[in-house]
Amino acid sequence: MTLLETLVQPVAATGMFANAWWMIGAPLAVAAILLLAGRVADAWGHFLAVAAVVFSFAVAACLFAQLLGRAVDARIVESQLFTWFSVGAWTFDVGLQVDPLSILFALLITGVGSLIHIYSIGYMAHDPRRRRFFAYLNLFVAAMLTLVLANNYLILFVGWEGVGLASYLLISFWQEKHSAAAAGVKAFVMNRVGDFGMLLAIFSMLVMFGGSSFTAVNHGAANLPPLWATLIGLFLLLGACGKSAQVPLQAWLLDAMEGPTPVSALIHAATMVTAGVYLVVRSHVLFEQSAIAQTAVVLVGTVTLLAGAWIGTSQDDIKKVLAGSTMSQIGYMMLAAGIGPAGYAFAIFHLLTHGFFKANMFLGAGSVMHGMHDDVNMRNYGRLAQYMKYTYWTFFCGYIAIIGVPLTAGFFSKDHIIEAAFHHNLIIGLCALLGAGITAFYMTRLMFMTFWSEKRWEPGVHPHESPKVMTIPLVVLAVLSLVGGAAMNWWIQTWLEPAAGNHAHEVALFTPIGGVTIAVVAAGVALGWYVFGRNPIPKVAPASRNPFTLVGRNVLYGDLINDSVAVKPTYALGRAAVATDDAALDGAVDGLARGFGGLSVVVRKLQTGYARSYALTMTTGVLLAAVVLILSQLA
Amino acid sequence: MNPENMLMLAAILFAIGGMGVMLRRNALVAFMCVELMLNAANLALVAAALMHGRLDGQVASFFVMVVAAAEVVVGLAIIVTIYRTRRTTSVDDANLLNL
Amino acid sequence: MNPALVPLVTGTEVAFWICAPLMVLGALGLVFFRKAVYSALSMAFVMLNLAVLYATMDALFLVFVQIIVYTGAIMMLFLFVLMLVGVGTPDSMVETLKGQRALGILTTVAVAALLIFGIGGSLRGNPVGLAEANAAGNVEGIADLLFGRYVFIFELTAALLITAALAAMILAHRSRVAPRVTQADKARARIRAYAETGAHPGAAPNPGVYAGHNSIAVPALLPDGSAAEASLSQTLVLRGTTVDPEALTRGTQDRFRAIESVRSSEEDDE
Repeated sequence: MTLLETLVQPVAATGMFANAWWMIGAPLAVAAILLLAGRVADAWGHFLAVAAVVFSFAVAACLFAQLLGRAVDARIVESQLFTWFSVGAWTFDVGLQVDPLSILFALLITGVGSLIHIYSIGYMAHDPRRRRFFAYLNLFVAAMLTLVLANNYLILFVGWEGVGLASYLLISFWQEKHSAAAAGVKAFVMNRVGDFGMLLAIFSMLVMFGGSSFTAVNHGAANLPPLWATLIGLFLLLGACGKSAQVPLQAWLLDAMEGPTPVSALIHAATMVTAGVYLVVRSHVLFEQSAIAQTAVVLVGTVTLLAGAWIGTSQDDIKKVLAGSTMSQIGYMMLAAGIGPAGYAFAIFHLLTHGFFKANMFLGAGSVMHGMHDDVNMRNYGRLAQYMKYTYWTFFCGYIAIIGVPLTAGFFSKDHIIEAAFHHNLIIGLCALLGAGITAFYMTRLMFMTFWSEKRWEPGVHPHESPKVMTIPLVVLAVLSLVGGAAMNWWIQTWLEPAAGNHAHEVALFTPIGGVTIAVVAAGVALGWYVFGRNPIPKVAPASRNPFTLVGRNVLYGDLINDSVAVKPTYALGRAAVATDDAALDGAVDGLARGFGGLSVVVRKLQTGYARSYALTMTTGVLLAAVVLILSQLA
Repeated sequence: MNPENMLMLAAILFAIGGMGVMLRRNALVAFMCVELMLNAANLALVAAALMHGRLDGQVASFFVMVVAAAEVVVGLAIIVTIYRTRRTTSVDDANLLNL
Repeated sequence: MNPALVPLVTGTEVAFWICAPLMVLGALGLVFFRKAVYSALSMAFVMLNLAVLYATMDALFLVFVQIIVYTGAIMMLFLFVLMLVGVGTPDSMVETLKGQRALGILTTVAVAALLIFGIGGSLRGNPVGLAEANAAGNVEGIADLLFGRYVFIFELTAALLITAALAAMILAHRSRVAPRVTQADKARARIRAYAETGAHPGAAPNPGVYAGHNSIAVPALLPDGSAAEASLSQTLVLRGTTVDPEALTRGTQDRFRAIESVRSSEEDDE
């Protein structure tokens, strides 16, 4: 069976599907209202924002139900909205595509988004700029939905940039903090590098396929020259690396934790950072044309999953541990997406379950911070399990889900990826397995430092449970973390067939590799207990000569590398340009001006104003002219 | 009689007139030197008329006289005006290129 | 004309060799006289000689135009303006512009050389002569051309002359900045000055008249015998050409005293 036959053709939108744009329109409109209405909306703005996201979720759920009822070959629904612009032979349409892949994303974005919106009502209750916060959140939801619902790469790019903007605005939301403002700028700039790749990919597509719609790309891919397939694949990978914080563009994600915790949960854990995975899966037809590009994706994924885990083991900031973990988990997804047809469904599967449990844990971390006076240093936590029951138990659900305790969400999704990795390549598989062990280790460390062990609180801190409006979303997400995997395990591959192709894969509950994985995870947990559970945890990070610890604490020296590779050469180039400008260009211009000035001083002396001098000059001129004429006659 | 002599004389008179314009500071004298140059040109024209046996040269000379008359009228008026404001007829004193 | 009948020296040549050196001298005088009046006279002299040369070249009409219009009208206009702006001091011959004199003379020589060697030879050969053209008379011939071929240019010169006349009027016009002072105004001012400062409103006294002197340089005498300053022209006082009345009155005084002494001796005799 060739590739093209497995791709289902899109059908025109009818009925409810024609209204898919409501999902985007509602949050966008509310964002505009909140931003424009001013203080009038302070009192009720957040309720309106929550309502907009819940409405989008309702629409998404409705569409999902209708898709379920459709025949398999009618599950890709395209609705053309309008023509954006047309230039010469090019016409760029704005259209939405609702298919099994995008509707899953839409449900994740709006579902988790709704929970996080509700949570934020409590979390941001005392912030003077809560209205603006909700406006940005809604803007993000609208942009993210645009990203996943677009039916061509150009509109996808609009959403891509939109989430970048929202991410920037929200990371530096507390702009009075210098670190937050700097982190926002850092994220924005590093994302630009990825966007450059995206743009190159889109331009290449326009040249090679005459358009950027998914349909055109999927149809044209089969005849694409291998060189171009590799190039476009690498360009797309660059874009994905930027957005998903993959090596080598990973450095911004840890700084992005300067933003409010719900933002970290929604944007930097559950949805936006997974856009790169979505992009790779969405472009799978292209990647399948180029083994090099696929290998690059696998390599990036593997390196990132180990790097993220490494960072997670040595940070003391609870949010940064979770951020490293996020990088690591997205590395798993990229790995799966790069493996090829066997991995697409698993990548999306892990993306969804990760969205549940990581959002759960981030919100849990936010709840802890809420109780600990916004302290993020885990060395000042300890024994919180007794004081924050809801938070502890929901976080515990996330914990067992991420390390992959059998029958939880992570168990299903991650084990599939590890297994697929082993089938793909032994070394990659071993790396993935090692990653699972490290994950268990650093999550156990986090649990010990935060909820177990002994109190190390700062004076005057009295931990307390968060209000209901925050704990209820935690409970919902905790439940999803536990059962989400089991619910989708036997279903998601078939469901994604129309979008990701038919590559049915064994999804047995227990396999030999699964058994090994469980053993490795158990070893990781045991090691975590051995290091952190037996003895009291020091309140100040002990000085360490262990190079692994040092490198991890310094976030793999990512900033240092960026500095020396990009920042310093750019500065040097800038200074050189300034010097050149000053010396050469300005020198030339100024020199010319000075030359003319000096000449003027000389020539000015000729302009005496004496009519007799002029008469003399004129006579001389006439003489010279006559002499020249006569000489030319003679010659 | 050779008209060439007339041309030589005209050339000499013209050169002397030019010298006067360049050397004399008195505006009136300089002006008279201009008249001398015009007269030299007239002489050349009349000599040419004799040479070619046609009266056009004389007519041209006549026109030169008319233009010279007009020039003198305006020029002297200007000199008088300058004298009235500056109490001098030296061309060197009028070196600011304005009144 | 038969070559044999051509005389060795014609009247034309004689006139030329007489006039030409005079004209050059006159032109040099025009340039080098320090007094503008002499320059103007030199110029007139050159113009008259030029008229003579015109006559030798069968340009009778131009002879008279040259004399009447140029020498008569234009040069007299020059002289008139010369008198108007003052002929007082001769021009200084010190050159103020650096190098102007040397360069000027050099340029003059160059111009003369260029003209003489450049175009001086362009009229070589035997002249055609104007006998044929002047057959109907020189004035008639010129009139034929002026009102024939050159009539348009002639009209243009008319416009030029009118424009020049208008321009001269505008340039010479001085707009009045204060109202015209009448005789009544002057009288009122005199009376006001008398009221304010006591200045005498009437005419100044006449100069003195003596037996041996009635010049305006002699002041009148006041009743006490002193001189009346107001009776003298201020200009004469400044020039210092006034006559001291002391000397003039002495003789009268002496005679008066002699007569007095004779009368008193006669009274003594009685």
